[in-house]
Amino acid sequence: MHAHEEGHHPPSYRLLIGVWGALMVLTAVTVWVAQVPLGFLNVVAAMAVATCKALLVTLFFMHLKDENWTFKGMVLLVFVILAIFIGFTFFDTAYR
Amino acid sequence: MAEIPMAETPMAETPMAETPMTGTPDGGFWTTPPGRSTLGSWLLTTDHKRIGLLYLWCILAFFAVGVLLGLLIRLELIAPGRTIMAQQTYNAVFTLHGVIMIFMVVIPSIPAAFGNIVMPLQIGAEDVAFPRLNLFSWYLYILGAAIAVVSLFTGGGAPDTGWTFYVPFSATTSTNVNVAVLAVFILGFSSILTGLNFIVTIHRLRAPSMGWTRMPLFTWGLYATAWIQVLATPVLGITVLLIFAERVLGLGLFDPARGGDPILYQHLFWIYSHPAVYIMIVPAMGVISDVIPVFARKNIFGYKTIAISSLAIAFAGSLVWAHHMFVSGMSDVAVMVFSLLTFIVAIPSAVKVFNWVSTLYKGSIYLDPPLIYSLGFIFLFSMGGVTGLVLGGAGTDVHVHDTYFVVGHFHYVIFGGTGFGLFAAMHFWFPKVYGRLYNLKIANVAAVILVIGLNMLYFPMYLLGLEGMPRRYYDYLPQYTDLHVVSTVGSWITAAGLALMAWNLWRGLRHGAPCGPNPWGAATLEWTLPSPPPTENFGPVEPEVTRGPYDFKGIEREEVVA
Ligand SMILES: [Cu+2]
Repeated sequence: MHAHEEGHHPPSYRLLIGVWGALMVLTAVTVWVAQVPLGFLNVVAAMAVATCKALLVTLFFMHLKDENWTFKGMVLLVFVILAIFIGFTFFDTAYR
Repeated sequence: MAEIPMAETPMAETPMAETPMTGTPDGGFWTTPPGRSTLGSWLLTTDHKRIGLLYLWCILAFFAVGVLLGLLIRLELIAPGRTIMAQQTYNAVFTLHGVIMIFMVVIPSIPAAFGNIVMPLQIGAEDVAFPRLNLFSWYLYILGAAIAVVSLFTGGGAPDTGWTFYVPFSATTSTNVNVAVLAVFILGFSSILTGLNFIVTIHRLRAPSMGWTRMPLFTWGLYATAWIQVLATPVLGITVLLIFAERVLGLGLFDPARGGDPILYQHLFWIYSHPAVYIMIVPAMGVISDVIPVFARKNIFGYKTIAISSLAIAFAGSLVWAHHMFVSGMSDVAVMVFSLLTFIVAIPSAVKVFNWVSTLYKGSIYLDPPLIYSLGFIFLFSMGGVTGLVLGGAGTDVHVHDTYFVVGHFHYVIFGGTGFGLFAAMHFWFPKVYGRLYNLKIANVAAVILVIGLNMLYFPMYLLGLEGMPRRYYDYLPQYTDLHVVSTVGSWITAAGLALMAWNLWRGLRHGAPCGPNPWGAATLEWTLPSPPPTENFGPVEPEVTRGPYDFKGIEREEVVA
C-alpha cells in the first residue's frame, strides 16, 4: 500500500508550488470563461477546467502519481462513473 | 458448467456429538472462548458468522417493528375518514415504515446477514478480508438505527416526508428531518464498508482451487451487489447532506427562486435509490439460484448467464434512475432515454427467471421449505416485475404514477422478492447455523399462508391504482372502500403467516432434531463443515474444490429430512 517504502521521495517544494500556481491560473480561467457568452459550452468549459484541477490535486497533492495501477484504475473508474451520472443528467437539463 | 471435471469428493463424515434436545445451540462457533464473558464475546467478536447473526437478529427486530407499522397503516385505511389515528400521525407512521424497512431491514438484510454468515464459508475462507472493519460496520448500523429512533422523539416531531425526503417539502417541514437524514448518512457508510469488505474478500480469499466459474451463484450475487454498494451509496450520502445543508444553512440548492433546481434533488436521490433496489434484490436472486438446484437435484441451467446477468443488472440498473421522474417536469428526451434503458434492465432479470424454471424442468424435486419459499419468490417477483414494465413505459406510467399501483409493484418485488429470498435463506441455512432442523411441514404451511396473504394484501393495490387511488393519502372516496378492506384483511393473513414462520423457527432452534453437516445434500463448500461450523472455519488447511457448486453426484440427503 505504501509506495514510499519502495524509495519514492516526497515531491519537492518547487513541484508543489508549481502545481499550486497552475491551480490558481485555472481558477482564473474558470472566472474568465464564465464571462464569455458561449451558451451551453460554458458548462462544458467549466467542467473541463474543473476536471484538470481535480487531476492535478489527485496526482500531485494526493500522491496518486506514485501509486500502483490498481489504485489509479479504481480512481479512474469512479471518475468515469461520476461522468456517466452527470452526463445522463444532461439528457434532462440540456433539453428542458 | 459441463467443462469442469467432476471428481468425487468424499464428504467429510463428521460424527455429530449427541446434543441435548433443549437449550440454545452449542458447539462450533457458538462456544464462548475461554476467559471471556458470553456477551463480551459477541459484542467484540470478529467472527463473520457471529457478526452476520448480530445483523440478522437486529434486522428481524426492526422488521417486526416495520410490520407492526404497516399493519397500523392498513388498519387506518380499512375505511374512509379517521379510523385509528390522525393525519399527522399517519404521515409519520408511513415515513417511519419506509425508513425502517428500506434502510434498516431490506438493504442490509441478505448481504449483511447471510452474506457475512455464508459467503466466507462458500469460498473456503477463514473470515472476511477485514474482520475488524466488519464489526465496525455493524456498530455503524446500530449507531445509525439509534439516531433514527432519536429523530422520532426529539426536535419538531417524527419526520413526515416519506422515505424519499423529496424537496421542497423536506427542506421546509418543521419535523425532525435533520436528525433522520444524518441517520441515513451513517447507515449508508455501514453499507459501503460491507460492500468493500466483500469485494476484497471475494477477490483475495477464495480457496486457490476455486476459479471464478466455480463460485456459488449466491457469492456471485453478493459480488455484483457489493460494487453497487461501494459506487452508488456515496451519492446517497451526498444527497442527504445537501438536504441537511439546505435546511441548516439555507443554501437554496433546490429552490428555483434562488437559481436552484428541485428536480436535481430527484436525480440525486434516484441515482442511489434505483440501484439500491438492486442491492435489495440481487442477493435474493443469488439465494434462489443456490436453493433451486439443491432441491431439484440437478445442475443449474445456465450458470454463466446467471452470473453475468447479476453484473449486467448492476451495471444497466445504475443507468435507469430517472424512470421515477416521468411526470416531474423533466425533459422529454430524458423521459424517452430512461424509459428505453428501463426496458433493457428487464432482460437480465427475465434471463434469471427463465434459468430457474429450466433448472426445475425434469429435476427430481423435493418440496422442502427453502424450495417452497423460492417458488413463492419466482411467482411474486414475476408479478412485481411485469408491473414494473407498466411503470417503466413512459406512456402508461403517466396514468398510474403516484397511485397505489406503485405501492403494489414495490411490495410485490421487495416483500415477495427480497423478503421471500430472505425467508428462503433462513430456512436453507438454518440447519448449518444451529445444527438443528425446524418442523418442515409447518414451515411449508406458513409459506403457503404468506403467498395467499401477500396476494390478498397487494393485488387490490394494483386495482386501486388503476382506478386512480393516489398513494400516501390519509383519506379516500367511498368507491375505493371494498378493495381497501380486502387489502387490510390480507395484511392480517400475512401477519399470521409471519407469526407461524417465526414461531416454527424459534421452536426449531430450541427443540429441533439435530442434523449432520449436509441435511439437504448440497454441493457447496459450507456444507462440508460440521453444523454449526467451528470458529476458524476450515482451519489452516485450504479446502480443495473438486466439484462444481451444483454437482450433486454421490451426495445424499440426510435421513432427518427424508
Ligand atoms: Cu427505479
